[in-house]
Amino acid sequence: MSSAVVSTSAAQGRPFVFIEEGAEVCPKPSEAELCTEGRPPQRAFSTSTFTDARLAGVTSASRLAVRPAAEMVSSGIAAMDALTGGLPRGCLTEICGPASSGRTTLLLAALAAATRRGECCVLVDASDVLDPQSAAAAGIELDRLLWVRCGENSPEKSLEQLLRATDLLLESGGFGLIALDLGDLPPQAARRIPLTTWFRFRRAVEHTPSVLLAVERQSIAGSCSSLLIKLGLIKLTSSENRISGQSMDSQPLLPTHAQLLTGLKITAELVRSRLDRKPARSTEITFVSKTAWAG
Amino acid sequence: MFACIFVPNFPVAAVFRAEPELRARAVAIFEGKPPMEKVFAVNESAIRVGITPGMTKAQAELCSELTLRPRSLLQESVAHAVLLDCAQSFSPCVEDAAADTVILDLAGMESLFGSLLEIAHNLFRCAANLGLDGNVAVASNPDAAVVAARGFSGVTVIPSGQEADSLGSLPVEVLSAGWIAEKEREGKKKEKEEDQQESVRLLAVLERWGIRDLRALAALPKVALSERLGQEGLRLQQLARGEASRTLVPVEAPAVFEEAIELEYPILLLEPLAFLLNRLLEQICARLAARALNTQELRLTLALQNLTGVDPQLESFGIPSESDASHGAPRSPARHFISGRQSKFCRTLRLPLPMLDPKLFLKLLQLDLNAHPPGAPIRKIHLAAEPARPRSAQGGLFLPPSPEPEKLELTLARIAGLVGEPRVGSLELLDTHRAEGFRMRRFMPEAAQKTKRQEVAGEGKSAVAALRRFRPPLRVTVTLENGELANVVCSKKKEAQGSVLWKAGPWRSSGDWWQREAWARDEWDIALQNAEGIALYRLVHDLLGGSWIVEGTYD
Repeated sequence: MSSAVVSTSAAQGRPFVFIEEGAEVCPKPSEAELCTEGRPPQRAFSTSTFTDARLAGVTSASRLAVRPAAEMVSSGIAAMDALTGGLPRGCLTEICGPASSGRTTLLLAALAAATRRGECCVLVDASDVLDPQSAAAAGIELDRLLWVRCGENSPEKSLEQLLRATDLLLESGGFGLIALDLGDLPPQAARRIPLTTWFRFRRAVEHTPSVLLAVERQSIAGSCSSLLIKLGLIKLTSSENRISGQSMDSQPLLPTHAQLLTGLKITAELVRSRLDRKPARSTEITFVSKTAWAG
Repeated sequence: MFACIFVPNFPVAAVFRAEPELRARAVAIFEGKPPMEKVFAVNESAIRVGITPGMTKAQAELCSELTLRPRSLLQESVAHAVLLDCAQSFSPCVEDAAADTVILDLAGMESLFGSLLEIAHNLFRCAANLGLDGNVAVASNPDAAVVAARGFSGVTVIPSGQEADSLGSLPVEVLSAGWIAEKEREGKKKEKEEDQQESVRLLAVLERWGIRDLRALAALPKVALSERLGQEGLRLQQLARGEASRTLVPVEAPAVFEEAIELEYPILLLEPLAFLLNRLLEQICARLAARALNTQELRLTLALQNLTGVDPQLESFGIPSESDASHGAPRSPARHFISGRQSKFCRTLRLPLPMLDPKLFLKLLQLDLNAHPPGAPIRKIHLAAEPARPRSAQGGLFLPPSPEPEKLELTLARIAGLVGEPRVGSLELLDTHRAEGFRMRRFMPEAAQKTKRQEVAGEGKSAVAALRRFRPPLRVTVTLENGELANVVCSKKKEAQGSVLWKAGPWRSSGDWWQREAWARDEWDIALQNAEGIALYRLVHDLLGGSWIVEGTYD
């Protein structure tokens, strides 16, 4: 009995022939074997299909390998790890939020954790906003961080530099974390990045041990990102003239030089996850970051 | 046993090494001052078309098939260095017999490289790989090896005790050439002409006697030969018999790896320059590989055409390539050249690790020249490599991912071409409280891995709130109410303006007051209400300049 299987394509109304793995193509199938449901034998088509070299490497959908779960690495913040399970290797992760929402804190914490693991990291800085003192205070081993400073000219030029530099870095490989800081780019400029670029980045980072992390104001990679974390705004409680959610020492009676910005209270929401730990609904956490002088 | 590598027609071979495409053509090398230039050396194809050494250049130019090249002592010295490199890659005991001849002591080499025949073939191949087609001969004494290498083409191995039989068929002129070369090696250059005359005289005598080959010379009676030709005659006979024995004078080949090309016509564009650089790099890398060395520094020196005025043609010279124009503002090449008034253009390529990849080097040099074009036509190219021991690194299964040094170097060079060289690298904090107290340095992850990891701040602690710096800082107008900050207006960035909701400060700092770059400032941390919401900023009052700036935002 030959192992050839004849199926019918509903779309085109003609049979497709799949050859089972390890089956012998010769001898040619008989007319009876090729005839299904009273249809006339498809000898001419089947013969040409068997000999078509282009179909030799095609794997049927039923035999596609299950994609292995992405390895998760620590983001450097325990609360974030509890929320997301960490940052996935070989995937694109997006962190978006407005100014002062804690995006850079998360970014630096992830870079610090990666450099502490002994990995080489790269920060492609679209607007040249990294503060070296903050990076050092966050615990980044500066020797292991490659800083690419774009943004000398217009946002369009810096965006072009960022994309080309990212292409080169992904092609080079070997980095544990590749971070793209688009946080200060105007949303109109950031949205000009074609979706195909994000697909290319996702494809390039796939099956590599690198974490691709993008920091933005708004999510722009669409379905290309495996993990999307949204950070919340600071809210004002007008009655007390205080900023709720921020761990500030803001007693009105004290003079300003006696007050201190001790840290930020960051609210993070897991908006999308294509990983195993897919949330049933959007989850939110709050954690506190401390300023360097607050100890 | 001793081996000798001899490169016949050395001046032509040196030119062929620099320009391999000439091998198939009739080539003549000329020397002398114009208009008295004479043909100095020719190849076989040139002899076939009737060109012989001694012809004037004007006579040789009548032959349309002939390619004429000036004699280049630089190329010959490089070819000689290559010959020494080839010999040094097999034996540490090498004698620099002549410009075209080196002798190796093969004692103990058989256990390393196989039989004598294998060694001879490997020497032949190594010389061919380095661009020199030489003859290789192995014999029991150095002089016999030299005579055999000069007389027999290809690879010759003379078994011990059969020297006289093997060399017998060679013409006596072989001895004359070897004799002159030996005198030259001994530093008696002044006596060279006298020796040539003496050798011509001896050869004429032997010719008259009917002595044509070494077998006939070897058969002459010793006493009678000594009476007629003296000690030199006896020495020639010893050479003919392959009995002359002497101690090898070993030299240590200097670890100088340089290649150069002098161009007949100046090069105007970078693309043809890349072809020549590729050839030089391949030759240098082959030489380094023969000595089991890598390089960590490449020095490129371009001799530029030294023009004395603004030539209108220069306007078209300096556009080195399309990629250069795409990387930055177009330069004015003529202005660049005239302002520099330089006849030499030097670039140094420093690598973080020893490497040996000509393709990588070429790409790095291309990127560097694209960023820094020479700006004038190029007459001569000189490339030197600083030798270094190959890096010894062992990979581990459980080591964290790290970029490959070669790939990383190329990537960094390409990114530097995109964003500018000083804008890519790793950070180094300076010992100062100044706002931008850091500098960029070369990214070298290998060095970072070697340094012992220190306990760093932030490890095991909570996240640290970070500042995003605005570069350049935003100039703002601040409204004070009762001496307190009330409102901030920024024309450049609308997000960084609004009414001040909360503030902490000022914190005063100053420094470098003993220098011209003194600074003094008051800092506030403020929360601003704007259209998007509330954001935290660092506001700075420059006490020396009196201006207000927003330095960054807490994020």
